[in-house]
Amino acid sequence: MKRRQDGRAALRRGKRGLVRLTELAHARSGDKGDTANVGLIALKPEYYPILVKQVTAARVARHFKGMIKGKVERYQLPNLHALNFLLHGALDGGGTISLKTDAQGKVFSTALLRLEIKP
Amino acid sequence: MTPPSPSSSPPRPRGKQTIRIAGGQGFWGDWLEAPYRQVTGGPVDYLMMDYLAEVTMSILQKQKSRDSSLGYAKDFVPLMERLLPILAERHIKVTSNAGGVNPKACAQAVGAVAHRLGLGGKLRIGVVTGDDLLSRLDGLLARGHQLRNLDTGRPLRDVRDRVLSANAYLGAWPVVEALRRGADIVVTGRVTDTGLTLAPMIHAFDWRPDAWDLLAAGTVAGHTIECGAQCSGGNCLKDWQGIPDLANVGYPIVEAAPDGTFEITKHARTGGRIDVAGVTEQLVYEMGNPAEYITPDCIADFTTIRLAQAGKDRVRFSGIKGRPATDKLKVSVAYFYGYKAVGTLVYSWPDAYQKAQAADHVLRERLAGLGLKFEAVLTEFVGADATHGPLARAGAALEDLPEVQLRIGVRARDLAPVERFTREIAPLILNGPPSVTGFAGGRPKPEEIVAYWPALLDKRMVEPSVEMVDV
Repeated sequence: MKRRQDGRAALRRGKRGLVRLTELAHARSGDKGDTANVGLIALKPEYYPILVKQVTAARVARHFKGMIKGKVERYQLPNLHALNFLLHGALDGGGTISLKTDAQGKVFSTALLRLEIKP
Repeated sequence: MTPPSPSSSPPRPRGKQTIRIAGGQGFWGDWLEAPYRQVTGGPVDYLMMDYLAEVTMSILQKQKSRDSSLGYAKDFVPLMERLLPILAERHIKVTSNAGGVNPKACAQAVGAVAHRLGLGGKLRIGVVTGDDLLSRLDGLLARGHQLRNLDTGRPLRDVRDRVLSANAYLGAWPVVEALRRGADIVVTGRVTDTGLTLAPMIHAFDWRPDAWDLLAAGTVAGHTIECGAQCSGGNCLKDWQGIPDLANVGYPIVEAAPDGTFEITKHARTGGRIDVAGVTEQLVYEMGNPAEYITPDCIADFTTIRLAQAGKDRVRFSGIKGRPATDKLKVSVAYFYGYKAVGTLVYSWPDAYQKAQAADHVLRERLAGLGLKFEAVLTEFVGADATHGPLARAGAALEDLPEVQLRIGVRARDLAPVERFTREIAPLILNGPPSVTGFAGGRPKPEEIVAYWPALLDKRMVEPSVEMVDV
């Protein structure tokens, strides 16, 4: 049998065949008021459809349960093989009001990369 | 123009018509060496420097209220002193929002420096104003402009008596006007970061006000370089250990063509990396709806951007589409909110995390016993969960951490409870859980909170103004 050519074979799988998002994507995040944004970018173009299918707004909202107060919105950028998530109510009031170390949501990006999915 | 020096970048690939815009500062406080390296490391036509964040405006307003000759990014003046002879010799123009809430005073200070350097009669400074709404607020409110908070919907009158600054975001066009009138240096108040990059393109290529795709392209270029090295290897997650020589990181340069295509590159022999992955990280930074990146100049559609690696440290942008600008301008209001303070203590192994947790319990019980009323009390354990919260705690070996920093913050509308809180940290060193250190900084200081109120205003209510100062 020929090995699958889409690169999934090489992924490091953990228990139950799950793969951490950090194996499939990189990310950067920032803030707008009390909303953090996370841009999630596929490491290879063939990973993008996996992200679209598995990393839904509902899934991300579950992942960040207890860390954000508002809803999660998702936007697609197929041209950049990227998804953009808006995490509302994530920053304890945001900017200058926030007491958080990460008052500007700079590392919500890597927190999202902890998510485990089944590719 | 001076002929390219031996250290210059490769020749421009797409004819003489392209212009090179160098990003020199991503925020007030960015690397002081970057602008100097940008104008000496190879050929550039423009130096763009962004200084203003939301909170900066209120700080500058406070400085201006104490001394009417202040209220701008003071670092800009000594920087110009260092750069002006080079800028004059190489005919490099500058666009910057360093003017803050007092662009005229900033221009005068730069002018005085230029005189000292013997550049009298050789320099024109364009000053862009009209963004400052503080003195007009009551008139606007009286005329029914409620300036409702974009996030909460509340009208501005709810916090009117606590407003410290109010500025509309101006776009590229007043900067273009200053360039058309021969400005070598354009000093502005609250002009958008993207407008400072877009303006030289409009000026050089004579783009029309309704050329939405072109304006969107220039806006995307502006967004890409507005955070300085964050598109050229800085803060880049993908393959971060493989990014070379960040100590000498090259700041970005836009090489723009009249047809709206452009390339992001950096000077030769600089560190960092410009590739599709890193540029993409910057494109999604602080992104909202990617199909609607709204500026005073246009609406840019980030889902139309096509990226290609066009060479080493060179990414080509094409295909960008835009739509007409809205009839509103964003307004940024800063107002006094209250007070906060953050205290920290470090607990060491063994049981570092448990000791820090115990100290938190003790402290909270004492605060409650004192009857102090806070709007928020937030505890974080730095080294365990401060950045990733419960996601970090799941599955981590928290019982064996070598040390944990207890970080506890409080916020209140009044100063008194915050002030009292700051005296409750140090006692824990002697009367709380053991193995505690890290109190060298002394008692935490209460900080005033200046909060940010985003709103929209009818564009017709704002009239940008351009003035020329001859030096």
